[in-house]
Amino acid sequence: MKEKLNIIVTGVGGQGVITAATLLGKTAVASNVNVLVSEVHGMAQRGGVVDCTVRMGNVHSPLLTRGSADVILSSEPVEALRQLDKVNDETVVITDVNPVIPSTVAVTGEKYPKIEEVFKELKKHCKLVTLDAHALAEQAGSVLTKNVVLLGALSALDILPFPKDLLLDTIIKSFPEKYASVNKKAFELGREAVLSQREA
Amino acid sequence: MEIVEAKTGKKILLLGNEAITRGALEAGVDFATTYPGTPSSEIADTFSAVAKYLKKEGKDVPFYFEYSTNEKVALEVAAAASFSGLRALTCMKHVGLNVASDAFMTYMYVGCKGGHVIVTADDPSCHSSQNEQDNRYYALFGSAPMLEPSTPQEAKDMTVKAFDLSEKLKLPFLLRTTTRVSHVRGPVKIKDSRKPKGKGFFEKDPMLVTIPEVARKRHPVLIKKMEDALKLSENSEFNIVIGKSDSEIGVVASGVSVLHALEALDILGLEADVLKLGFTNPLPKEMCKNFLRKHKTVVVVEELEPIIENQLKEIAFDAGINDVKIYGKTSGHFSRLYEYNPDIVVEQFAKIFNLKNPLPDTKENPLSLPSRPPVMCPGCPHRASYYAMKKVVPKDVVYPTDIGCYTLGKAPPLEVADVLLCMGSNAGIANGLSKATDQKIISFMGDSTFFHAALPAIVDAVHHNHDCVITVLDNRTTAMTGHQPHPGTSFDGMGNPAKALLVEDVVRGLGVEHVEVVDPKNLKETSEAFKRALEFKGPSVVVSKSPCILLELHDKKERGEPLDIYQIDQDACKRCNICISRFGCPAFYFAEDKSVHINEELCNGCGVCVQVCPFNAIKKVKEVTL
Repeated sequence: MKEKLNIIVTGVGGQGVITAATLLGKTAVASNVNVLVSEVHGMAQRGGVVDCTVRMGNVHSPLLTRGSADVILSSEPVEALRQLDKVNDETVVITDVNPVIPSTVAVTGEKYPKIEEVFKELKKHCKLVTLDAHALAEQAGSVLTKNVVLLGALSALDILPFPKDLLLDTIIKSFPEKYASVNKKAFELGREAVLSQREA
Repeated sequence: MEIVEAKTGKKILLLGNEAITRGALEAGVDFATTYPGTPSSEIADTFSAVAKYLKKEGKDVPFYFEYSTNEKVALEVAAAASFSGLRALTCMKHVGLNVASDAFMTYMYVGCKGGHVIVTADDPSCHSSQNEQDNRYYALFGSAPMLEPSTPQEAKDMTVKAFDLSEKLKLPFLLRTTTRVSHVRGPVKIKDSRKPKGKGFFEKDPMLVTIPEVARKRHPVLIKKMEDALKLSENSEFNIVIGKSDSEIGVVASGVSVLHALEALDILGLEADVLKLGFTNPLPKEMCKNFLRKHKTVVVVEELEPIIENQLKEIAFDAGINDVKIYGKTSGHFSRLYEYNPDIVVEQFAKIFNLKNPLPDTKENPLSLPSRPPVMCPGCPHRASYYAMKKVVPKDVVYPTDIGCYTLGKAPPLEVADVLLCMGSNAGIANGLSKATDQKIISFMGDSTFFHAALPAIVDAVHHNHDCVITVLDNRTTAMTGHQPHPGTSFDGMGNPAKALLVEDVVRGLGVEHVEVVDPKNLKETSEAFKRALEFKGPSVVVSKSPCILLELHDKKERGEPLDIYQIDQDACKRCNICISRFGCPAFYFAEDKSVHINEELCNGCGVCVQVCPFNAIKKVKEVTL
């Protein structure tokens, strides 16, 4: 692995963002890799933005500097773009394609940009990978596994300092046994979605 | 449950707050008390979860834990345990220490017996707070020794050490974190736990009764204890110099700023010695003096107030060290505002040392992105209360509000929050406005806030006959901080049954003559209750009672009850848009053609919107199992 790995996990409150970041942190600890996971709680729970940083390897601060993200893992397109300041040309942005329209759009008339515009901007600045994580989670058996789909997608990039099976093992062990097969399927579907795009 | 079951020597991933709880368990804590508040809540929630887990496993719970009525009570309850020789921990958010400060200041005079760790979790940038006060001043103010961790591992190590040192000095210890310490996860190495004592014994001692004669004797004792604390600080393993570069540059930092500074030095490739301070009150004066002597330039990196910086200048002045240049806040480089990050530290280091800032320029977002503020959940009973109230009261009513989810009523379209200071302030401000103006006043608070801090203000309203409506939005929990119990719930933090106090009984007991209890999901009934309360001359209380929708969903799931899902009958809808423009439930949205729909994934099935729609266009369309 690189000396340092900087990941931002982002999305909207309720999408399992903090859980996904924590699972990465747990797997890092299980493989004896130094890790710091930072999150902001509180008001963010009520439909607000949730972003977490996951830093692995030879790092000091839990926060990462402008342009230093290796990966942005986002469960919402606009939230991926909100992290633009953290990307560089080499950054891989993995995002779900499904927008979550904030209530401000209906109530105060703010505009949600066109999805194509969002992706166009991201492509200008970094490497973009999109997937319909929502549909894949549904296919796996529960929309709640969207974060696991995204972790599967992340595992396909081959930059994590631990084998993908260890990440999957951590995920499965972190939830009641009855969800094991759904989580496994979600993970594999997410991974497959990225691998197939790479081949294409 | 890994935090209890993990074997000695194993590394596990813990949140800074969880690490504090684990540290307390390893130190054999007997007593833990709190009032919840972000970013401190998970410390206490972990005690609560551990207690419930052990009970479920049929094991003894080796400590007593409670969510106290407020932070002052929490501190007093735990101080009593310490007076009885037990180890105690009290945790709270920064502003909680304001509430506890009356007890705190004199507690330092009296001192403790069993080790007592008081955790204050500060919130630079006000992520979820009404101010960003720097509680390190409380350490100076009250003469409390203080430790400041940078990482989860340190949070645990310092907690364990703080118990030992507190017992040694017979002085409570402050453990001060910030959001970026409390809410950072990192690897933590598990160690053995000391066995708690269980029960203590209170030995009578006239020195515990702080009448003036005693207080005058205790103050010099406190000063002497802090002199002993200074010796401990000089030799503390938490105060260290990182790097042996013999550089002329020195950096002094504490807490998470240490990490940002180390990161910034790496990024700039700058050689410097870093004085990492963990035992920060009293500051290790000799150590600081030597550090100042060895370096020509010293940069102090600390969030919020220039507390270390000012003390370093004092140390330099007293020691006659004139040839060191100290940079920090007074030099204009570092701000007294908000939390820091590595970018800020890189930028200021680059300025001070005339280096090129290697970080890329800020990328302006070319598209304007919609804001995503936190909102009251779909189905939140507060929205129903606010909507029903606003329907019938005059437009110019003033709405004092309070600390909790219902503060989110500030946002459009409800806009029912006009003034807020602190926990419980809604009622006191309502009282004052009712006398200072001729305006109509309706104030709002939650049930937990009511018990926490509003009772004296309601007594004031009754005694002086203040003409205002005080509303308790009773959602049967402390929702915003994570659904902790409070004196109105029928169970406590350890999962035991508890006596539930009814808000309406309490206010009647306080002498409020006009008390209305309503279910906000019945909009008509609620509107009328507010109308009557407003007409009543003198103080009136409306208790708007309906459980937090998140609790309700949880209970429905447990009971296997389905969730009703609603949708708009497009033929019946006249597009008056009241459901969005006045009610504002986030489950409603406009489609491209401006027709209104309900997002079925967001709808929590409260059904209140059925009463909101004047054209009966909102209908139950299905039931889903949770």
